[in-house]
Amino acid sequence: MDNESLLNLAPMIGAEQIALLERLSNACGISGDEGEVRTIILEQVKPTVDEVRVDALGNVLAVRKARKETRLRLMVAAHMDEIGLILVEEEEGGLYRFEKIGGIDNRTLVGKMVLVGKDHLPGVIGARPIHLQEEGDDERAIPIDSLKIDLGPGGKAKVGDRVAFATRFQNLGVSLMGKALDNRLGVAALIELLKHPLEYADLCAAFTVQEELGGARGARVAAHAFNPNAAFALDCTPANDLPSWDGSENVTYNTRLDAGAAVYVADRGTLSDPRLVQHVLDTASAAGIFCQVRQPGGGSTDAASIHRVRAGIPSLSISTPGRYLHTPVSIVRLADWQSTLALVYLSLQRLTPDVLGQPR
Amino acid sequence: MSEITPFLKKLLTLPGLSAYEDPVREAIATEWRPLVDELSVSRVGSLHGVRRGRGTWEGKRPGILIATHMDAIGLMVTGVVDGLLRVTEVGGVDPRVLPYQPVTIHGRRDLPGVIVQPPESLLPSNTRGKPVRLQHLLVDTGLLPEEVHELVRVGDLISFATQPVELAGETLAGHTLDNRASVAALTICLQELKRTAHPWDVWAVATVQEEETYAGGYTSPVDIHPDLAIAVDVTFAKGPGVSDYRGFPLGKGFTVGYGANVHTAMFTALKDLADEMDLPNHVEVMPNQSGTDAYPMQVVEEGIPTAIIGIPLRYMHTPVETVSLKDINRVGRLLAEFISRLDDHFMEKICWDGK
Repeated sequence: MDNESLLNLAPMIGAEQIALLERLSNACGISGDEGEVRTIILEQVKPTVDEVRVDALGNVLAVRKARKETRLRLMVAAHMDEIGLILVEEEEGGLYRFEKIGGIDNRTLVGKMVLVGKDHLPGVIGARPIHLQEEGDDERAIPIDSLKIDLGPGGKAKVGDRVAFATRFQNLGVSLMGKALDNRLGVAALIELLKHPLEYADLCAAFTVQEELGGARGARVAAHAFNPNAAFALDCTPANDLPSWDGSENVTYNTRLDAGAAVYVADRGTLSDPRLVQHVLDTASAAGIFCQVRQPGGGSTDAASIHRVRAGIPSLSISTPGRYLHTPVSIVRLADWQSTLALVYLSLQRLTPDVLGQPR
Repeated sequence: MSEITPFLKKLLTLPGLSAYEDPVREAIATEWRPLVDELSVSRVGSLHGVRRGRGTWEGKRPGILIATHMDAIGLMVTGVVDGLLRVTEVGGVDPRVLPYQPVTIHGRRDLPGVIVQPPESLLPSNTRGKPVRLQHLLVDTGLLPEEVHELVRVGDLISFATQPVELAGETLAGHTLDNRASVAALTICLQELKRTAHPWDVWAVATVQEEETYAGGYTSPVDIHPDLAIAVDVTFAKGPGVSDYRGFPLGKGFTVGYGANVHTAMFTALKDLADEMDLPNHVEVMPNQSGTDAYPMQVVEEGIPTAIIGIPLRYMHTPVETVSLKDINRVGRLLAEFISRLDDHFMEKICWDGK
């Protein structure tokens, strides 16, 4: 394929894609209770795919066949679940105790509005007034035991109801702000990919559940079912690119906003397949797509389980950098999301049996 | 839901940080204009609405001042670093409730943003796991750094942008219900008074800067020269974080303040009336100063007999303050009834030691 025209082939993010992201971001889909997001995904993919089903764990598995000839089966996984809370005990007067689902810093919970259960009942997480604080209170994080979800006097919910942050999506122009952008960005991008069939590969799309619980359990069974030749995890990764408190150089930024799609070499769960790393970086440079190598280190994605499924599946993660992931509000750049979508699409399109046939 | 809810919700979406109350003052003025005879704005920005009494008097017609502060707590920009904002507080803000609150930055234009807590690796190593100090929190607008430097400068104000939400049990949650809940109660009082003859002049006042310097509470009585003054403010409701005597049940009635900041005869008159009207209420003992506009008003000029009515509110000074609409309505009715009964003998009751 002519490299010059490569980038022109990539799907674009426009008003329609952002509107879909807004719906996905505002929907509530805490790990283990992804139904609301699943409904949107099924509605969106059904008209374009050749096969779609919901598996035993709740993953949405969809296939778009190659346009010309199937030489490879390529999997792309995007988790649809989000971090949140769950009610664990009812107390008097519309107050509930709760636990966290997924990695959440307790310090981000105080003073937040939340949505409880399938009916999105409004509630708040309050705190002791500053006027009544005792000496040293400001030195201690408020323990989760003393935080309650307050539905108002007489408010009724069920123990086990999932709780999402009540943050509403906002389009800020160069940036997008909302909850659960990790990983509704990936979900929206994967929905878009399914509209653009590959020439010589079947696209096996897995919208996975339970990624935020650790173990990437949804992705594990999805990869087994698809048995692909290679897999990409399409996710979000922290951009810790803020100034340090004392002005010293920030050497642990992980990724940076405005630097493009983040390609993984290694995280806590996966050592990326080096052939795929090279292929993706080559694709970026051939097509002129902005990309950055994510600082090797912690974190993990669906690739953590996919690469160990069956006899092993060559895997790699590509993420959109985002600030404040795993809090009630994240901020990402539209341009980084566009780069991620373009890089994944063109990497899939250019992937040949030859690349995977090289010795690892 | 109460009839006052739409107005109160509107007040909660308007900025009006201490010393910059104009946006909320205009909304209150619009609501009060048909309910009062005259409206004016004081030299420091407080809103004065007066309903003239019907009584005939030999000298000056007596007057009562009801003060509800309209200013809000918030933040102010202290620096711009790499397109992110450093901030300080306006009013008493607990930094622990700030991370990930939506805000509006009042720069060269209003910008949406969010307060953020930087990753642990970018904070002092001895504060790991502890609440992040206000000077280490940042505000992110999602704009590119060059745009931020153009649109925002040191000294710009930042308001909370949490949208109010109705909770179960006729309660409302949002920021700045301290003290817009009391502004709503005073508005209900004015609506009631429109249907009632009252001999005294009634001065409805929305004061400024209560959260910082009491500038409104000190100055409005000088313009108005009231014979009596009542401050209506929020007080602590029992709930998470508040279990002792300082908290009162949410939605189970207002409080009548008692202590050195209150004239005992005023306390008795309000408490007796509340009981007579079967309005649920609680005595709120205020051992020291009340932390309301009653504190400055009591000592204006030669001193004013002062009382305090409290509306119980959960999570004070957080963006999810929660208040009962029933309590707001009860305060409005109490005030209107109290005012309508003020006659030419009332001041005789305002004495010490029964003399």
